[in-house]
Amino acid sequence: MAARLALLAVPAAFFAVFFAYPVAAIVARGLRTGEGWQLGRFAEVLAQPDVRQVLWFTTWQALVSTALTLLIALPGAHVFARYDFPGKQLLRAVVTVPFVLPTVVVGSAFMALTGRGGLLHEWWGVRLDTTVWAILLAHVFFNYAVVVRTVGGLWAQLDPRQEEAARMLGASPGAAWRRVTLPALAPAVAAAALMVFLFTFTSFGVVQILGGPAFSTLEVEIYRQTTEVFDLSTAAVLTMIQFVAVGAILALHAWTVRRRESTLRLVDASVTARRPRGARQWALLGAVVATVAVLLVAPLAVLVQRSFGGAGLDYYRALTSEDNGVFLVAPVEAVGNSLQYALAATAIAVVIGGLAAVALTRRDAGRLVRGFDALLMLPLGVSAVTVGFGFLIALDQPPLDLRASWILVPLAQALVGVPFVVRTMLPVLRAVDVRLREAAAVLGASPWRAWREVDLPMVRRALLIAAGFAFAVSLGEFGATVFIARPDNPTLPVAVARLLGRPGELNYGQAMALSTVLMIVCAAALLVLERLRTDRTGEF
Amino acid sequence: MPADSLLSLQAATVRFGGRTVLDSVDLSVAEHEIVCVLGPSGSGKSTLLRAVAGLQPLDSGRVLLGGRDQAAVPAHKRGVGLMFQDHQLFPQRDVAGNVAFGLRMRGVSRREQAGRVAELLDLVGLPDAGGRAVAALSGGEQQRVALARALAPSPRLLMLDEPLGQLDRSLRERLVVELRELFGRLGTTVLAVTHDQGEAFALADRVVVMRDGRIAQSGTPLQVWQRPADAFVARFLGFENVVEATVGEEAAVTPWGKVPVPADAPSGARTLLVRPAGVRLVAADLGLRCTVAARTFRGTHVAVRLQPENAPRLEAACPLRTAPEVGDEVGVEFDATEVVVLD
Repeated sequence: MAARLALLAVPAAFFAVFFAYPVAAIVARGLRTGEGWQLGRFAEVLAQPDVRQVLWFTTWQALVSTALTLLIALPGAHVFARYDFPGKQLLRAVVTVPFVLPTVVVGSAFMALTGRGGLLHEWWGVRLDTTVWAILLAHVFFNYAVVVRTVGGLWAQLDPRQEEAARMLGASPGAAWRRVTLPALAPAVAAAALMVFLFTFTSFGVVQILGGPAFSTLEVEIYRQTTEVFDLSTAAVLTMIQFVAVGAILALHAWTVRRRESTLRLVDASVTARRPRGARQWALLGAVVATVAVLLVAPLAVLVQRSFGGAGLDYYRALTSEDNGVFLVAPVEAVGNSLQYALAATAIAVVIGGLAAVALTRRDAGRLVRGFDALLMLPLGVSAVTVGFGFLIALDQPPLDLRASWILVPLAQALVGVPFVVRTMLPVLRAVDVRLREAAAVLGASPWRAWREVDLPMVRRALLIAAGFAFAVSLGEFGATVFIARPDNPTLPVAVARLLGRPGELNYGQAMALSTVLMIVCAAALLVLERLRTDRTGEF
Repeated sequence: MPADSLLSLQAATVRFGGRTVLDSVDLSVAEHEIVCVLGPSGSGKSTLLRAVAGLQPLDSGRVLLGGRDQAAVPAHKRGVGLMFQDHQLFPQRDVAGNVAFGLRMRGVSRREQAGRVAELLDLVGLPDAGGRAVAALSGGEQQRVALARALAPSPRLLMLDEPLGQLDRSLRERLVVELRELFGRLGTTVLAVTHDQGEAFALADRVVVMRDGRIAQSGTPLQVWQRPADAFVARFLGFENVVEATVGEEAAVTPWGKVPVPADAPSGARTLLVRPAGVRLVAADLGLRCTVAARTFRGTHVAVRLQPENAPRLEAACPLRTAPEVGDEVGVEFDATEVVVLD
């Protein structure tokens, strides 16, 4: 146990210095004056009608997005869990691509589909970018995979014989599903719903691009207050509100996950799926494929198509030009920057997250350790904007004067990567039978040797998958990076956002082209991962 | 304690929370001896093995191997082998990789490893299986590979946890004979645990019966079978006719009436065991009057459950031809040579 606590020390120190400290510093900057803490600001800020408006919109759009995602994605989860069909691997990869795409790309893709001059506008004269629908659809697009992977993953491992046993006891097929399968799935559905709620509640890039002046989430408002209004105290209050909300969501999530782990007997996923039979099953499969095509593939296809607008490769060519008036360097250099930053961030996330996962492996771990588990998830929900700005004002004094250092960006990106690493590694590490380690010990292997000989070969794939996820989310990180990436070293998402913020056909086209590049890099990373996929991984 | 004992436990005690799983156990195993610990599930057998292996620390007492206290010796340095109940073969290694594991940990050269692996696979009857994946093995084959893996580093003590537990009956009966022969030939010192008395009796030089973390009886299979130490051991061995009795000169007073006892039996308030073979069926107007409640075909004989008036049921073993039908009225007499006074 002492050794495990020692393993926890490194991730704990990392989070204290690069997460807790910057966030605390910026909150203090906003709420503390010479006369002490200005807690009265809470009441003042909350009394403002537009702040209430933002809170109300943030909450209801997250609720509606979550409900819509569940409605659309649950049939997909069923199809992936129970049916075996040609091209299943490919389809699974396709639905996962959106999840690792940068929010900025998702935003631009929906802009290209539903915005002014977008595909729907050209064909039917419909514009959604001024309505909330563009945001909601983008959220479904983004989170479809969360539901399919979390719920479908468990569904595939539920023993179909449980339903058969219910049938033998006199339950109709519907009743058997309702009484046996649904209760077993409920914790996974709840966990997935909470994750989707968390992601949409804290949505930034998507709303920033599609929301226009009319719609603003808490996260967007924090950004606005910080960078446009320079009202740090309002930003600090909003950050605290988001912090409390996210903490509550994560606590609920941890609780549902624990329930899911403890009570179910699972079987190998490969034995539960079979070919669809009969018109109804084929129709369901067809409907799911059609949904994926319209909702997930179409926006990306339009994005690619727009990037070839003008005269063929014009926009791509423009990316290499240094003389563009937006950046100090050619936009294409953002590709190299992004890759370097993402690689460094991945290395950090794998080390920190890996150590944490090993330390958290014990199921019987105490409250302290379980609490740390939930703590590691916080960066997923706490305002990335706050973290980014916090980095700037907190890490500017020796011995931690990192403002001028390139490592600042990877550090911020790693914060978001760590939860993914922990979530991917933990189920696999926990699944390694303790007695295999004991068998190795009795055969003469020291504890470290036993870990290397028994655990490592089993988690190697999970480690690679975790690294891939961390790489993809680092590549796409926007909220924090937009603050700390230096103008002469923009990352891909930052460059895309900046191009979108400028008027003119050429800038728009370049944004589409750069988004396409980013999408291809992410998708390539993901397709490599999909080949490594194991059934125990992928809680997201 | 015998001077040549390889393993000895002295007042070994393990507690899980408030429950005492091993309660001050004293046990020694001599070099080349095969000792089988027999007990129902939850009696602490597996914990005993884990304590010897160093996987479970003792709350008090000592484990000595070759006369040395093992308290400070971690599992991987004790030089004992343990074959797990469900084998625990390493799934990512092939058969040869599993068998060679212990040799690799000891830094044996590759050539020597290969030779020893081939030798052991031969020994357990799986020559040429070295390249196979462990997932592709049948239960019996996995058991053999697990045995080869445990034997490969030549442990000074080999421990087996329910070695044949998951196999089907005919395979179990064949393997138990093979194992005994193999251990005899290699001179291996073995400490096995099982809940199956047939397995224990067939395998062991000495049987140790455990109950609730304590040793209830220790002796050769014949001794234990013939003279169970107490009512628990007798019932665990499958005997049903166990009652409280007052033993006198030549007979004991029991709920079944007067039962003759062997001449040298201790007298007083005792527990009495009547083997099924000692329950003789006679005409209904003679002896204790019983109704036949059930009969079970046992291959060589028929086990008959008899219900006397106002007394516990009796089990009798009858020849196939003369066994009565359910509902028949019979009389019962007892045979002193099949009666054992316990305690």
